[in-house]
Amino acid sequence: MSVFPLPQSAAGGPIIDFDSAACCLEIEGLSLAYGETPALRELTLRVPRHRVTAFIGPSGCGKSTLLRALNRLHDLNDDVRLNGRICLEGQDIHAPEVEVAKLRRRVGMVFQAPNPFPMSIYDNVAFGLRLQGGIRKRQLDDIVEWALRSAALWDEVKDRLKSSAWALSGGQQQRLVIARTLAVRPEVLLLDEPASALDPISTLKIEELIRNLKSQLTLVLVTHNMQQAARVSDYTAFLQEGELVEYGATDTLFTNPRLARTENYITGRMA
Amino acid sequence: MDITSDIHSRHISRQFNHELEELKTHLMAMGGLVERQVQEAVEALLAGDSEMAQRVVENDRAVNDMQMKIDEECTQVLARRQPAASDLRLVLAVMRGASDLERIGDEASKIARNAGDLIKIDNGTRGFVEVRMISEHVRRMVRDALTSFARFDIELALELVREDEKVDEEYRSAMRSLMTFMMEDARSITPVLNLMWILRALERIGDHANNLAEYVVYLVKGLDIRHTDLEDLDEKAITRKD
Repeated sequence: MSVFPLPQSAAGGPIIDFDSAACCLEIEGLSLAYGETPALRELTLRVPRHRVTAFIGPSGCGKSTLLRALNRLHDLNDDVRLNGRICLEGQDIHAPEVEVAKLRRRVGMVFQAPNPFPMSIYDNVAFGLRLQGGIRKRQLDDIVEWALRSAALWDEVKDRLKSSAWALSGGQQQRLVIARTLAVRPEVLLLDEPASALDPISTLKIEELIRNLKSQLTLVLVTHNMQQAARVSDYTAFLQEGELVEYGATDTLFTNPRLARTENYITGRMA
Repeated sequence: MDITSDIHSRHISRQFNHELEELKTHLMAMGGLVERQVQEAVEALLAGDSEMAQRVVENDRAVNDMQMKIDEECTQVLARRQPAASDLRLVLAVMRGASDLERIGDEASKIARNAGDLIKIDNGTRGFVEVRMISEHVRRMVRDALTSFARFDIELALELVREDEKVDEEYRSAMRSLMTFMMEDARSITPVLNLMWILRALERIGDHANNLAEYVVYLVKGLDIRHTDLEDLDEKAITRKD
């Protein structure tokens, strides 16, 4: 059963024909404004489960705003007005019974600049679990190792788990932050420009990690780097001025987009 | 979305515009040379001009050099620009197009070589009618293929795909009449075989022109119509503007 009608492209007509059974997140008629300034306009799209979905678009197009809306990061800002619905596995994330802390455990987020906490590598990864409480040391050790392995960092840090996270390189710090997010076993991982502050090799490691994590969870990626979106994502949404312009399989969006606005953006043409 | 022939000149990077324009210009220059090679190879046969035949064989090197140059330019664009959408399709179409033009060049050179042999034998003009007819047909196909590429003209490209079937039919019928020559007179076997090679080369040129037309459809519409039967081609869908 579909909760929402199929997403429509700017040209009209359904553009992705996966049914809602395969969708993790469904966004319907989402509008968001910072005070009087609209940032998102009537966005409707579905994010398929166990896939990588990329949001691309020029600066200020609303892609980060959209990403943040997915784990209610805007809640803290009184200035933000939000309309429409976001459903995670069929449940409205703004429903009164939804606890924000719980939602954010289910929907983890990684930002552009790596932000490890000023503590050891081990304690960084264990942080969320300790906050939840009720976990024995032995179990914690196992989860920390699993999270670091999942984030492709274990081999590089296993002999220095007690040293400061700040001693790691930028790329390692970013993978540590991903491990920290994974430790609480989220269903969705939101990545806001996760590699834009990293060197090319670290970037490739993050991209490889994104690909490998797909089997465990659903990933949503915001990136300025179109080649990155083309490399790692299964689906790509192109946003412009707060509108969803075109949303489709990455395979076709980068070789044969339907709309001139998309073509102009991804090929670097003047509008 | 459909693209028009000026689309590759609207990038923010003018250098990129220039690089893509160069690709198109060089492919057209190569096409011009290949067209002339085919024309002269056939003319050499019909006029019995062995010097001209020799010149065509020698000029094939220039065709090969052009293909290598175009390939190198395409490689550079792929490596430096990571083109997407219509830009990517242009680079791929140019690379494939250059490869087919090179093969047309090879066929022209084959024609010229066989023409050289025939001139030595002095076989008269038997079979020339067939060669003339098919050669005019395929030369028009090559010209139309290049024009459709230059103008991003899908309708012209599709017309050409249909033409290719006619050439194939003409080829089969010419082969039949050449075979009767051989049966009538065993001494004609050697020269008729030369003529058969020439007809075969012309027929192949038609196939390569057909390939070029298919790349134009891919370039403009993003549709791959290779290995698709004419009856299965939904021409309305292809020629519809969106």
